[in-house]
Amino acid sequence: METIQKKADEGITSELALVQAAKKGDLEAFSELVRRYDRNIFRIAQHITHNEEDAQDVVQDAFLKAYQNLEQFQGNSKFYTWLVRIAVNEALMRLRKRRNDRTVSLDEDVETEDGAIPREVADWSPNPEQLYGTAELGDILKKTIQGLSPGFRTVFVLRDVEGLSTEETAEMLGLSVPAVKSRLLRARLQLRERLARYFKSKRGGDGQP
Amino acid sequence: MKCKDFLKELTDYLDGKISESLKAELDDHMLWCHECHVVVNTTKKTIEIYRDNQIYELPEDLRTRLHQAIMVKCKQSSSGKKSH
Repeated sequence: METIQKKADEGITSELALVQAAKKGDLEAFSELVRRYDRNIFRIAQHITHNEEDAQDVVQDAFLKAYQNLEQFQGNSKFYTWLVRIAVNEALMRLRKRRNDRTVSLDEDVETEDGAIPREVADWSPNPEQLYGTAELGDILKKTIQGLSPGFRTVFVLRDVEGLSTEETAEMLGLSVPAVKSRLLRARLQLRERLARYFKSKRGGDGQP
Repeated sequence: MKCKDFLKELTDYLDGKISESLKAELDDHMLWCHECHVVVNTTKKTIEIYRDNQIYELPEDLRTRLHQAIMVKCKQSSSGKKSH
């Protein structure tokens, strides 16, 4: 336990040190920050844009913007929180462009009742991971999350896939904590409802136990 | 407790962010309400399955290319700054 804690502490210290070095123009320090977070930024961008080409552009543009605006990074929040905020904005912009729709925002469809009342109440057994192969399961998961509105899937990805806290997610998205919580609940319920079509127990015909 | 009230607490329940007394109430509700029991289990599984099966991993060769492209752009932008 002690070593893990120690490592975590060192991680935080060196992030700040890297940011400070990068601010002074140390490209190698910034390169290390890119290496540290590029996978996360790519995942988040893919989840929001659903387009690999756009996600690649988001990764490049987000890091470049971060580099160019390092002076404005005050260090009140974690560098990663700040970086994700830039990346989410870039990703939403790409999504708008592709859909040719200026209205795409984190507020889209938040009033929907979809999934608010659970309809599928059959248990999932056997384990879904035993029902499908890795590739097939991946396709199901992608198809299902793509059906969520950007506001819901962004909150779900940051909270449940990337494992960030409600407070961090709220800060990254410029939302209140209650707004993040209510979106998270709806996102989880909608995903559950949609996945049930693939995963619900076939025993008992209509899925009832 | 009604199922509707149970659902409202679902996210905090799954995240372990509720008081002991509320947790006891929810656990009690699940004992007799099969539907809420299933909703809790399958929502938990929904979160786990997305967490455990990363569907958008960055391939190593693409990662290298992106990294190079980013660093080239950063270098250009900082040399641009200096010349001003």
